[in-house]
Amino acid sequence: MTQDTFPSKLLENAVTEFAKLPGIGKKTALRLVLHLLKQDKEDVHRFSNSITRLRDEIRHCKVCRNISDTEVCNICSNESRDHGTICVVENIRDVMSIENTQQYHGVFHVLGGIISPMDGIGPADLEIDSLIKRVGEGDVKEIILALSTTMEGDSTNFYIFKKLKESGVKVSMLARGVSIGDELEYIDEVTLGRSIINRQLFEQSLGQ
Amino acid sequence: MYIKELSVINFKNLEQVELEFSHKLNCFIGNNGVGKTNLLDGIYYLSFCKSYFNSVDSQNIRHEEEFFVLQGQYSRLDEDENIYCGFQKGQKKKFRRNKKEYKRLSEHIGLLPLVMISPSDTSLIMGGSDERRKFMDSVISQNDRQYLDQLIRYNRALLQRNNLLKYFAANRVFEPDNLEVWDAQLVMLGEKINKRRQEFLGELQPIFQKYYDFISDGHEQVTLEYQSQLNEGDFEGQLKEALQRDRVLQFTSVGIHKDDLELKLGDFPMKKMGSQGQKKTYLVALKLAQFDFIRSVNQAMPILLLDDIFDKLDGERVEKIVKLVSGNTFGQIFITDTNREHLDQIIPRVGADYRIFRVTDGAVTENGNNNGGEPKVVENN
Repeated sequence: MTQDTFPSKLLENAVTEFAKLPGIGKKTALRLVLHLLKQDKEDVHRFSNSITRLRDEIRHCKVCRNISDTEVCNICSNESRDHGTICVVENIRDVMSIENTQQYHGVFHVLGGIISPMDGIGPADLEIDSLIKRVGEGDVKEIILALSTTMEGDSTNFYIFKKLKESGVKVSMLARGVSIGDELEYIDEVTLGRSIINRQLFEQSLGQ
Repeated sequence: MYIKELSVINFKNLEQVELEFSHKLNCFIGNNGVGKTNLLDGIYYLSFCKSYFNSVDSQNIRHEEEFFVLQGQYSRLDEDENIYCGFQKGQKKKFRRNKKEYKRLSEHIGLLPLVMISPSDTSLIMGGSDERRKFMDSVISQNDRQYLDQLIRYNRALLQRNNLLKYFAANRVFEPDNLEVWDAQLVMLGEKINKRRQEFLGELQPIFQKYYDFISDGHEQVTLEYQSQLNEGDFEGQLKEALQRDRVLQFTSVGIHKDDLELKLGDFPMKKMGSQGQKKTYLVALKLAQFDFIRSVNQAMPILLLDDIFDKLDGERVEKIVKLVSGNTFGQIFITDTNREHLDQIIPRVGADYRIFRVTDGAVTENGNNNGGEPKVVENN
């Protein structure tokens, strides 16, 4: 489908818009549009409304920069959570993953990306200054760095660590090593090597 | 470890060939362009899942055919192993060990260790320093995954730092905080890589020297030296010192990505002063040292492929090499040559088990062995 002629300009417009989405090509776009045409009008209106409202009304929590419906998100406004511990993540998907573990009761800080000069992303493009400010203002005891284990993630960790060094706040990082349920023989050597270096006391592992 | 039988269909210029090999010395003799090297490449392929010469698999199929098949019957640690490789145009290549298909080709690489010495290796001497770094890296990372990981991360950090330098120049800004994070990564990884390369050269140097002395009869003084800016002072300080220059150049001018191996003949660089034969000797000694290294980290004895080894070397050196590789420290050997007289004279003198094959335009016939009995015709078109 290179130079397709659509019988309708309206159809063509819709297909072009759908094809702009990540992972959607022209063929899939056409399939989706034709599917929408078959639906009840109300359903399609609800669909398009939800997108319009999403774009117009979405906000970023002024504390943690997470996506939120309100000025301060549910997590940040929850009094029963530990506001002295901040987990630093790249984006909202990471917040959701960590929330799903049900092991974390502190609050978050969403950077909105990681430092990568190749992609033109520097520290100023991320929510790092707001994190530093947050640490300076509040009663923060610990920062947990939970970024990807890539070169760029490591560099961002390092940058944040340097910036926070003077504040005296405790900075920790997610443990790296063998995942649960893995058989040793199938683990790649780099990860296994790291697990041996970062081994932990057996007593600590009890009750986890 | 050795390959007992090889079967080839439509691989390069070889239409259909089936061969039984000696566990020790095997020679392919024939004129230019008949397919001697392609036989070696087929054996290479079964070890590394790719051709030594051409990584585009569709170009490794015989002209006007649709597929190729390579099959090897090996004896590895006293167990029989059947390795099958099939590739059909437009499909993924299939690799099977004892009829079981591999999920990932990387699982196979390393099972059948092998070293190839080919005329194209001269780039190691004549080429840029990247060739020599690649040589070091490929040998070290064969048994050190940690090293490979560090190297990948170092290169990534380097790429990011260079991009940042370009960004500074394009926008006329300078953010030292931002640069510092990449410097820290480079220093941490670079120092580890430098240390590992130093250790490796420490191990390789005496072995290399031993082989060169043996082949050249000790007449020539050669050295192999690891050169790195990191050997001359601390990396962090050098990065700081070079900062202004790096900002102008818009790339990083110090680090292990500038490392080199200095190859010398007497007091002079091999690249400029060595004769063709000396260069070849140097190369052979280097590759044999690599063979030693690979043997020491593998359970199975590697196979050695010598492509066109007699070219540019005098008879004495050739005989030394053949004698050397026929000894117990080497396993199965494959040699190609255009000239039968070379081998006819040398091989019987060495006294090892051998087979000689004559290659004529895609067909191979056995042409002599020392097992007694008539040489039998193995395959004829």
